[in-house]
Amino acid sequence: MSSYPTTWRRPPQIIPDRRLRIAVQIAALVYLVLAVGSVEVNWMRVSEGLERGQRFVMGFLQPDFTSRWGDISQGLIESLTMTLTSTVVGVLISIPIGIGASRNIVPRPVYLFCRAVIAISRSLQELIVAIFLVAMFGFGPFAGFLTLSFATIGFIGKLLADEIEEVDETQVEAIRSTGASWFQMLNYAVQPQIMPRLIGLSLYRLDINFRESAVIGIVGAGGIGATLNTAIDRYEYDSAGAILLIIIAIVMVAEYSSSYLRKFLQ
Amino acid sequence: MTNISSSDWTYRTPKHRLFLWLGWFALVALFVWCWRIMSQDTIWAFVWDAPAQALDIGSRMTPPEWGYLPELMKPLWDTLNIATLGTIGGVLIAIPVAFLAARNTTPSATILRPIALFIIVTSRSINSLIWALLLVAIIGPGLLAGIIAIALRSIGFVGKLLYEAIEETDPRQIEAITATGAAPTQVLTYGIVPQIMPALWSISVFRWDINIRESAILGLVGAGGLGLKMNASLAILAWDQVLVILILILATVVVSEWVSAQVRKAII
Repeated sequence: MSSYPTTWRRPPQIIPDRRLRIAVQIAALVYLVLAVGSVEVNWMRVSEGLERGQRFVMGFLQPDFTSRWGDISQGLIESLTMTLTSTVVGVLISIPIGIGASRNIVPRPVYLFCRAVIAISRSLQELIVAIFLVAMFGFGPFAGFLTLSFATIGFIGKLLADEIEEVDETQVEAIRSTGASWFQMLNYAVQPQIMPRLIGLSLYRLDINFRESAVIGIVGAGGIGATLNTAIDRYEYDSAGAILLIIIAIVMVAEYSSSYLRKFLQ
Repeated sequence: MTNISSSDWTYRTPKHRLFLWLGWFALVALFVWCWRIMSQDTIWAFVWDAPAQALDIGSRMTPPEWGYLPELMKPLWDTLNIATLGTIGGVLIAIPVAFLAARNTTPSATILRPIALFIIVTSRSINSLIWALLLVAIIGPGLLAGIIAIALRSIGFVGKLLYEAIEETDPRQIEAITATGAAPTQVLTYGIVPQIMPALWSISVFRWDINIRESAILGLVGAGGLGLKMNASLAILAWDQVLVILILILATVVVSEWVSAQVRKAII
């Protein structure tokens, strides 16, 4: 009687060659050792900081909403108004750019130009854009509004263009064969197909813009981020905890209500 | 013969149209109201002055000071390390959290699952820059604060996508393993893990790509890497150095995006 093996191992899938696999594993290990080795940690400072960390956790568990409420509410109002206005303006600008960036309905030069605009907007980080716009337009929510609008253009423009490129061509052809002009074709064949997606994307972007508005305040673009930065700089961890809890609560509410709204609209 | 063309065909009823019109009107009113509140403190003189300022900054930025580039290699290495080590740490923590959060693997749906979901939501709603701001204040400036900030932010992202992948596993394969009399841990290793492995790799690489972008700017709040250099250059208004840093960040992002696309293509 021949003896069959009692165990089985699935052969490796991604890198079948054994020598190459071992080489990759050794390279990864060497990199990890080098990377961990180059992290200099001042353990004295860390152990001193742990006491502060404890205070922060306490502040998070017992947030202080009242003593800085004036500043917090001011920051919140700035953040919320900035979020709404920048989403509306950003979406309004990104609609023509998104249409221009769809290969199937515009001539090639327009397509390339609009794709370039989208690529620029997407590859620049919000925070870096905010630094420049604060330098140009001065401190305050107006610079933040411009930053978020600029970031919205790239996001909505790209996803809208991808959506338009995937519309049902038969409907476009049907409208075209009635002798419709380019704008009528857009209005009757493309717009009804992309409208639910556009509304969904705008709501999603509203959510993202609020989160980002909490960050760009750190470089002076107004909003709740500026208040948070001040609270942390002054070691007022109970106020910082309160701000963080408010941000988490608003993000959760925004996420749930936007997913509910999207379901309702479809 | 009845005249059927007396009224034009419309897609919506008048009531529906009125409702829709009111909705748009409310949005416009809300926008105007928000705009007034937001811009009441804006100093318009600075806004009208902006093109001149932009030209000024533009002229100071060019030509980029390439001699600054060798000095940036160490911060670039730090930035890559923050992203990579942070991703590894985040993924290692996210895996147990995802198993606790998935409906089909959680040991207790009433206590542990809500806790795991709360961890995921908290980590997702706070940007890594805010985590870095906190950690720099707590454990001091440096790479460690950046690594932990990236890891904390990655938990939510990886955890959410991974627990959705776990919930979408094929129950028949798990049933087949269970039917052989396998213990719960064996069901996990032979029924679930092989199914989610490709998802785990592609989520991790995707997050690594995002983390490269984020770690480049974490230094602005003192967490090491390229952002630290950028903060220093901004503080002395050396815009030509800032431009070199920006070009380097852009190049790094493009390369990391390419790497992550290649790896994900190889996995799927």
